[in-house]
Amino acid sequence: MTDDERTIYYSKAVNEALDEELARDDSVILMGEDIGCYGGAFGVTKGLYEKYGAERIWETPISENSFVGVAVGAAMMGLRPVVEIMFMDFLALALDQLLNSAGKLHYMYNGQVTVPMVLRTPGGAKGGYGPSHSQMLSNLLVGIPGIKVVAPSTPAQVKGILKAAIRDPNPVVVIENKRLYPQRGYVAAGDYVLPLDKAEVAAAGKDITLISYSSMTPVCLAVKEALKPVGIDLEVLDLISLQPLDKESIFASVRKTGRVIIVEEACLTGGVAAEVSALISEHCLDALEAPIIRVAAADMPIPSALALEKFVLPQAEDIVAAVKRIQEY
Amino acid sequence: MNDLISNSDLLRMYRQMVSIRAFEESLSDMFGKGLLGGTSHFCIGQESCAVGVISAARDDDWLISNHRGHGHLLARGLDIARVMGELMGKLSGYCGGRGGSQHLSAIDHCFLGTNGITGGGIPIATGAALALKYRKSSSIAIVFFGDGASNQGTFHESLNMASLWKLPVLYVCENNLYGMSNPVSKSCASGNVAVRASAYAMRGETHDGFDVEHVHRVAGEALARIRAGEGPELLELMTYRQCGHSKNDARVYRTREEEARMAERDCLLLTANSLRRRGLSQEDIDAAAEAARQDVAAAAEAAMAAPTGGRRHALDGLFA
Repeated sequence: MTDDERTIYYSKAVNEALDEELARDDSVILMGEDIGCYGGAFGVTKGLYEKYGAERIWETPISENSFVGVAVGAAMMGLRPVVEIMFMDFLALALDQLLNSAGKLHYMYNGQVTVPMVLRTPGGAKGGYGPSHSQMLSNLLVGIPGIKVVAPSTPAQVKGILKAAIRDPNPVVVIENKRLYPQRGYVAAGDYVLPLDKAEVAAAGKDITLISYSSMTPVCLAVKEALKPVGIDLEVLDLISLQPLDKESIFASVRKTGRVIIVEEACLTGGVAAEVSALISEHCLDALEAPIIRVAAADMPIPSALALEKFVLPQAEDIVAAVKRIQEY
Repeated sequence: MNDLISNSDLLRMYRQMVSIRAFEESLSDMFGKGLLGGTSHFCIGQESCAVGVISAARDDDWLISNHRGHGHLLARGLDIARVMGELMGKLSGYCGGRGGSQHLSAIDHCFLGTNGITGGGIPIATGAALALKYRKSSSIAIVFFGDGASNQGTFHESLNMASLWKLPVLYVCENNLYGMSNPVSKSCASGNVAVRASAYAMRGETHDGFDVEHVHRVAGEALARIRAGEGPELLELMTYRQCGHSKNDARVYRTREEEARMAERDCLLLTANSLRRRGLSQEDIDAAAEAARQDVAAAAEAAMAAPTGGRRHALDGLFA
């Protein structure tokens, strides 16, 4: 197969990971709404129902809290359920089982059980989906002890990360992104897994570090390209893992550039950017040559109208403006 | 069908019920002496539900309980000293003191766990049943919850899924007439929990939960049907919590007259009466009760002597 043929959509990379893990391990089952013949709201599970049947692909009624709880119970008994929450906003309906069961059981039952489940969900806005179908709620998840949270930004990442998440003995939330599903990238053929706790330097640079994840990483990379001609050399650090954070990679980049902008699609207050900023302040304040800048969504619901949405969500121009500010400090 | 329960079986069930009662009375005493932290939810008066159902189950049927779970834990035959130790926060406890009363599991006993979120165990049990079915096991998941939990979405959503998927699960509602202070008449529009099963095309029955022999029989019949592949069932057992909801409950929402009336149906009294009717001597009955109390006293002493964990035990073990 040529490299060109292995340039696939992010959604296809997710599909391949699910397909390969279903084939590899019969304890893997899928659960979620409309993931059968419909193939999932974003087509991610297309073809899997036809291939594996109802015994492996559990199409659920619209009962998020309970089917996440069902997955917890099945995981405690040794299955490896991979649950799809159609839109990340709907996670609110299932938060109890994530917060009070999945994240706590291994610890509070003193290691007697593990909860090897994966919850996949697309976060983020795609343009016009409106207040209840557009949020990036990573900020809520990273505050839950006992849950690993990852938000891969490329097809190659999501395939290796999702496979690793399925094989991990702990509950893992994989944040996918509606804006990333139709993006393409090279994905190596065959089986591979990626670490669940490592960031990746998406593009090396020496002047300023942009730290981002999920849909904002491609935006940061585009900003890097746009500013190249004016002689600004940006480094883009893609977090991938939000819980735990890869502190060493973060600190290494900060020590290299001394100037940091953290970019995320979630709300500004109490988010991943705030946490990364606090860590940098605690551990490498001496390396900073300018105050840290956060570029994030406004602390607002996301309006439906495209004309309004852009004022709430972080834009490339906001990152460019932040670069100017941090340079002039 | 009462003849299926031999005299010695019933005496054993009686002893178990007394040990559950004595266990909680002992806890009450410890709270008074400041030996226990937090709170605890007693099942005094409801022991017949736990013992009746669990004595009808197989040892490899999986149990899921709730915040009021001491009866279920002891009826499953867990080591009383280790349950007591868990409540006292000792390393000897089943969860090393991390879980306490409301978060206690004993996987070696097929006890998947008590649960501190009202209705939280219902989907977990449903998922356990899904795994049992997927692995073609002949075991059943049995989940206990109260009338209050039957108003949670998880109850309705889980029954719906279990029925759609014909999962091997028995939903046991111990209807003690109050969700904390709120009477069933003010919280359950149908006035009866079992009837809700009909919305999910599921068999649902209401039974006298005070009579341990009756509970044992109806639970056994339900479990046999479920094991035969006839699908999940809802078993509502009418019972009464003689104590308050938790340790600080002045019970202002009900009258002392009502309590006195219900105490006449105390399951220990009823079982002792039944044993006498079967011809057992008062001496034998008293001896069983005394043995149960001594078991609990010895367990409390052992638990008291066990050490608690330290900093490492508190901070380790978040991930597998």
